Amino acid sequence: MEFNRLSDIVQYCTAEKKDMAQAMLDYEMRNKRLTKEQVYDGLKRVLLVMEDSVEQGLTQMVISPSGMLNNWAKTVFVAKVETLGSSLKKAAARAIAVGEVNACMGKIAAAPTAGSAGIMPAVLVTMMEEHNMPRERILDGLLVSSAVGLIFAKNSSFAGSEAGCMGETGSAAAMGAATIVYLLGGNNDQILEAVGFALKASMGLVCDPVGGLVEEPCTTRNAVGVANAFVSSQLALAGIKSLIPADEVIDATKEVGDLMSPRLKESAQGGLANTKTGREIQKRVFKPTS
Amino acid sequence: MSEQPSIFDILGPIMIGPSSSHTAGASRIGYVARQLLHDEPKKAVITLYNSFAKTHKGHGTDKAIIGGILGFGPDDERIRDSHEIARKQGLEWEFKFRGDTVRFHSNAARVKLVGKNGGAVEIVGASLGGGRIKIQEIEGFSVDFNAQAHTLVIIADDVPGSIQHISGAIAEKGVNIANMFVSRSETLANMVIELDQPVDEVTFRKVSSFPWVKFVRSVQPMMQHSSRYEK
Repeated sequence: MEFNRLSDIVQYCTAEKKDMAQAMLDYEMRNKRLTKEQVYDGLKRVLLVMEDSVEQGLTQMVISPSGMLNNWAKTVFVAKVETLGSSLKKAAARAIAVGEVNACMGKIAAAPTAGSAGIMPAVLVTMMEEHNMPRERILDGLLVSSAVGLIFAKNSSFAGSEAGCMGETGSAAAMGAATIVYLLGGNNDQILEAVGFALKASMGLVCDPVGGLVEEPCTTRNAVGVANAFVSSQLALAGIKSLIPADEVIDATKEVGDLMSPRLKESAQGGLANTKTGREIQKRVFKPTS
Repeated sequence: MSEQPSIFDILGPIMIGPSSSHTAGASRIGYVARQLLHDEPKKAVITLYNSFAKTHKGHGTDKAIIGGILGFGPDDERIRDSHEIARKQGLEWEFKFRGDTVRFHSNAARVKLVGKNGGAVEIVGASLGGGRIKIQEIEGFSVDFNAQAHTLVIIADDVPGSIQHISGAIAEKGVNIANMFVSRSETLANMVIELDQPVDEVTFRKVSSFPWVKFVRSVQPMMQHSSRYEK
């Protein structure tokens, strides 16, 4: 069973009268010769790790070895000033929480990468919290996110060294946006529109981590990625169209990634990594080893 | 149709951060070295190349590799404290760093292990991203396998019929050979055999007992979802 485009998945859904989560369940069961229970057990494990990583970042001491991250998630979570209510603030804090846990060698689920691991947990925990989504339904939301990730991986790339941060937090925001649309009852067309919006907002985003570490600006980009997912899904659910179909937007990310200079793709040679302050931090963190 | 990706390649791996290539992949290279040693490791000499050498500190690459050598999977939280645990277990180790060498992958490590019972092994592994690795060198032989299947690694005198004897011993128990790679030096042959099932102890001993066989090791595949290798 092979899906190469999001349109393939939509066609399968139409032909089989299934929704996108069921299509991905069929995909995994058939290709990996698993039972439904085995697939859901795997999804439950992923969700548990995601929830734990959010929880840890919001409750434990998290200072990264480089010193660049210092308990930011907690700071944001309890901030008195709220630009748009507590929901957005908390969602952003949850993404940062996972980034901090990751930087401190804690356990995370890379979804799709370690550097973008904060977005999906923040989206899912926020959906449970704000919409009282039952866990079973959240697992189906994870299946929908995997559809987007699968097609993105096949036609573009998750690797920061190939597609920049667009391939990491961009694809994760698209996965999150699709999940939110699905969980709130949107149809397949709307899921695809949300993917289009999220990726267009991330188009050309460079991967320029200071010192090559998955900390700055990765962690705050995860927080913004969550906002991207919620805004993109909001637009799609309202019924506006992305104009460029999601599959073509994914093709465009591939083209843009190829056109981006290697200096801007996970080499720590350009962008923020190459600023005066970025280079000073790098020097401080990586003192000569012997 | 080629092998399709699993949804758990996208929603995973579950791993200790911060980097799937510099942490998760690194621990897997260490773990494969441990399996190839087939003994409790006593001493480890690890050379980190290129990006591994330059950025290991911030990524915990050194802790991850030692964790792997201790038998911890990429999702084992003990990786964080692997150096202390190793010290308590009496493992001695040394890291060397080679910043720029085109001979090796940008994220590569050489791991040399000596076991408590005197065995030794030396491998080079590369971390490809997403926690995936490939082993590129064992005991000086060029190899290329990803440790995602049950894998048998054999070094033997390059005598006529040796491949036939070995594949015969494996097939005897109904184990299916999925792939076989052979490389040769002047007098020795190296075989990397990927199997659909693990070989049992009897087959393992039979292969080891051929007089021209110098070295037999088996590598267990890394499990999906969880990588707690040791029960």
